[in-house]
Formats: sequence, C-alpha cells, structure tokens
Amino acid sequence: MAPLQLKSQKFREEREEDWRRLSFLLDKVEGGGAKSLTDVQLMAVPVLYRSALSSLSVARATSLDQSLVEYLEGLCARAYFLVYGARARLGERILRFFTHGWPAAVRSIWKETLAAALIVGLSVVVGYVLVRQNPDWYYAIVGSDMASGRDPTASAEFLRKSLYDGGKDQSLAMFAAFLFNNNARVALFAFALGFAFALPTALLLIQNGAGMGAMIAVFAAKDLGWQFGGWLFIHGTTELFAIIIAGGAGFRIGLAVAFPGDRTRLDAAATAGRQTGAAMAGVVLMLLIAGLLEGFGRQLITSDLARYGVGAAAAALWLSYFYLPRREGARRERV
Amino acid sequence: MSVYDQLDRADRALRRSLVTPEGVDLNLRIGDSGQRIGAFLIDVIIQYGVLFLFALVLGTIYSAVEGKGAENVGVLYFLGAFVLQNGWFIGFELSPRAATPGKRFLGLRVASRDGGRLTAEAVIVRNVTRQVEFFLPVAFIFVAGALGGVDGLFYLMVAIWMGIFLFFPLFNKDRLRVGDLLAGTWVVRSPKRILMPDLSQTGAHTHAHFAFTDKQLQAYGVKELHVLEQVLRTRDRKTMAAVAMRIRRKIDWVSGPDERDEDFLAAYYAALRSRLEQRMLFGHRRKDKHDKA
Repeated sequence: MAPLQLKSQKFREEREEDWRRLSFLLDKVEGGGAKSLTDVQLMAVPVLYRSALSSLSVARATSLDQSLVEYLEGLCARAYFLVYGARARLGERILRFFTHGWPAAVRSIWKETLAAALIVGLSVVVGYVLVRQNPDWYYAIVGSDMASGRDPTASAEFLRKSLYDGGKDQSLAMFAAFLFNNNARVALFAFALGFAFALPTALLLIQNGAGMGAMIAVFAAKDLGWQFGGWLFIHGTTELFAIIIAGGAGFRIGLAVAFPGDRTRLDAAATAGRQTGAAMAGVVLMLLIAGLLEGFGRQLITSDLARYGVGAAAAALWLSYFYLPRREGARRERV
Repeated sequence: MSVYDQLDRADRALRRSLVTPEGVDLNLRIGDSGQRIGAFLIDVIIQYGVLFLFALVLGTIYSAVEGKGAENVGVLYFLGAFVLQNGWFIGFELSPRAATPGKRFLGLRVASRDGGRLTAEAVIVRNVTRQVEFFLPVAFIFVAGALGGVDGLFYLMVAIWMGIFLFFPLFNKDRLRVGDLLAGTWVVRSPKRILMPDLSQTGAHTHAHFAFTDKQLQAYGVKELHVLEQVLRTRDRKTMAAVAMRIRRKIDWVSGPDERDEDFLAAYYAALRSRLEQRMLFGHRRKDKHDKA
C-alpha cells in the first residue's frame, strides 16, 4: 500500500522551500540590516512574505498540524515587521530628523513651550526676590548638595573662585558632569511626568527656576551678578531651552490626558506622546551640547563677555533653527 | 483535560489580533509579565557590567594621568553612563529586530499598537519614560542612602511611586508600561521558530500495521489531536504510556504482540488527523470530543 498522503502534507512539501528561503533572508536582515541582502534577495522578500501569508491562511483552513500553523504565524509576523516596518535608511532618517522632524516637532508645541518658558521665567524672578528680601529662603529653595557651599554666608572670594577656578578645582568639573546628568534627568522627568496631568512638570519647572533665581540673588548680593550671569549663560541658554521644551512636551501630554476630547485618554496620550517624541530626542541632543559647553567651554573661556557671547549665539541659533519659517520644509509637506 | 483548558485560556488571554493589509490575522501573542521582567533584568545586568568595566578602564587612566586633566576622566564617566543608559534601549529598539538583547533572548520585540510601523519617536518616548519609572526611584534610594538623614516618609513615598509605575503593567491586560502607553507601543512575542517535521509522516512505514475503524477514529476532535501532537513531540516515555493506555481503552483497541506505545500513538495520530482534515475540507471542523458535528 502506498504511504497515505494527506492534502496538508502535499501542501507543505510544495511550499516548504519558500518558507525556508524567507526565514533565511529574515535571519540575514535581522543580523546585519537590509544592506546585507543583494538586490535580488531584497526584491524577493515581499513576494515570499505574501506567499507565506497565503500559506498561513491555507494551513489554518486545511492543516491540523499545530506546530506548522505556529511556525507560519511566527514567520509571517517576522516578515510583516520587516516589510511594513521598513523605513528609509538610517542615514536618510537622521538627515530628515535634522532638516525636518526636529524643528517641526518643536514648532508644533510652541504654545506649551511658551507656557513653560513663562513659568520658568516667573519662578526665577520669584526666587530672586525672595532670597534678596530674606536670605533664609535660600535654604528652602536650593538643596544643600546642589549649592555646594555657595550660599548667602559664603564669602565673595569663595564665590568668585567657584566661577573662574574650574580648571584647577577638580571637583567643579565633576560637579558640572553631575549637574549635566542631573539636568538631563530633570528634562526627561519634566516630559515623562506630564502624564500625571502636567502638574509635576509645572512643579519641576518652578523648582528649577526658583533655584536659579535664588543662586543669582546670592551672587548679586556680593556684586557678582554680572559674572555669575556669564557663568550661567554660556551653557544655560541651551540647557534651559532644552528643559523648557521638555516641559512644553510634558504639558502637551498632560493636557491630552486631562482633556482627551472625543478620543479615549489612552489614545490621546499616545498621540501626544508620538507628536512630541522627536522634540524629546532633540532635547537629549541639546542637553549633550549644553553638557559639553558646561564641562569644557566654561573652563576654557573665562572672559565674561565671551561667555555671554557664546550663550547668546547659542540661543539665537536654537531660536532661528526651530522657529524661522522654512520654504523647503513647507513644500515637502504639501507633496 | 482540564489542565489543557486552563492553558488554553491563558494562551487566549495573551493573543491579540493584528490584521495585515493583506487581510490575514497574525494572531500575535503579547509578552507576559514574567518575560518582560526577565528581559529587563538581563538588560540591566549587562548594562551595569559594561558600566563597571568602563569604570575600571577609566580608573586605570585616572591613576595614570594623575592630576592634570584628571577631572575630565570623571566627566567622561558621567557622559558615558548617560549615553549608555539611554542609548542602550533606544539604539537596540531602533534596529531591525526592534529588541534589546534581553528581549531578543526571550523572543520579544517592540511593535506599534496600531499595527503600523514602529517610529523612532515612539521608541524614544517609551524609553525616556523608563527613566522615571525605574531609574529615578532607584537613584533616589541610593543617593538618599549615601547622604543619610532621610526619614521613613521619604522611603514610603518612593515605595508608593515605584508601586504605581513599576506595577502598572500588571494592572492592564496588554501589559503596557506607562512608556508603552505614551508611545502607543506594546511588546509582543516573536520568537524564531524552527519548522518541526510533520508527525504524520515520521515513521509512516509502521502505520500500515495499524488499521483503525471509522468508529475508533470518531472518538476524538481537534483539541485532543493537538494534545496528542504535543505528547508525541515531547516524547516523554511515561506520558506516552499513560496516554496510549487511555486511548486504547477508549477505542477498545486490542494491542498486538510487542506493540510500542509510540508507534501506536503515531499511527493513531496520523489516522485521526487524516480523518479530521478530510472532514474539515467538507466544512466540518470537530472542535473536541464533545462536538457532535
């Protein structure tokens, strides 16, 4: 008697070759990116993917071999993610992010960013006024680990040293790096905490703004306000801008959760999260640049005027990069 | 078969339908909490291993440089730590595999919840949020411990914080982190499966010794067939013996001399599958043994 052959067996024998080929190509792409495929192989992937999908449908309808159906489900899912998840090459994506995605994302949250900027500005003023009137406020606003001795009781000499002696004082560079890490975290938190109806974001911004105002007040009381400004300005414009954008992004999410309109809160949050994602990627970059300015630029440049110059130039660059209207980008959007 | 019923239900709870543009449901399975935690632990352990080596290297450089420019070593460490902690997840999840080494190891990947493509923005958002969910409270505890002078209330707050964010995935059916929620992503299983041999063909030459009557093949349905398939693939001698005995009793099978349990089961599997598949072609899919179709 000839061995019994099931329809599902015959089907499997006919298609198996294609499945194995697709699996092999997927392995290659997952290992080394789309570049590792030849042109012929690359063209074959969508075709093999569709044939695997049809195999899956057939197998579900005709085969009771569970492992076969599961294998095909896995294979199709992997291929699906490759075929429909494939994007432009990494280089192009990065280029597009800089020419289009980043500034567009920042522009799209300009209202929230403005609100965040106002909150920070206001709390700087409040922090300044409070400490000028009563220095005791300083301890309530600035934590002792952040201040590292720069408090109202410090001598003018000590404060001056902390502004210009970076190169010789080891701990200051470490402090700067720590501060960068700290500020980067503040920015990330300002964004992520927006989830809780934006309130924690606002609190974080206020705390940071007030802390800065309090610091300025301490230095200003010893007639070092102008110099401290330079010390702060060289990296502060970039860093503060980054934190403000992060805060704006956090507000956007908080507002979406609080007032989702006719969508569910989940959907609204997801949409807002995706809209602001590019802005947040940019924020991390800005913070890195600020960190470099802070760690190295500030040690190399000790003239106040140059410090102000660098800070102002950075601010101007960021503002024009984000908010200057661009014809090229607009044209591409319409296409 | 109540054990299998429970497994079945657990499996179905993790299944999510994802219909491709071609109109086929991929029937994806989302990663369960154990897999998610495991993947994260693997990632964190590797990360801290790398950081430790990095610190060792920098330490030797530090002692070699001594004094001049030595503070830059510290700066390097902080920058490196920041890049590693954030770049690790984002970088790996942007790769074609869309998974960190920990996720790869456990057969998971990140996917967009709406079935569309996974954008860079989504990956960044879901990982930036990770900072707040996990690393912030941990850092708090370490810093507070180092500085001292924190009261129990502080730890209570941290505990509540971690309770909300850390256990968030346990309280929704899609096992979403807060970051997944914001980014519109989820984590699905996408393990690499190997194509197993067709059981109805392996050892087909011995099947000829077994001739089952129609009535004997009517005893079971698709569900039992799948269980039998699992038993045959696992090839545990004791289980096979027990199952073979149950089936023989149910279908009143008279065993021949030195008939092996595995041969009997394989032959019955092949015959049952052939019958059920044939009936399926005519539109009768018999769900299980209680199904009268």
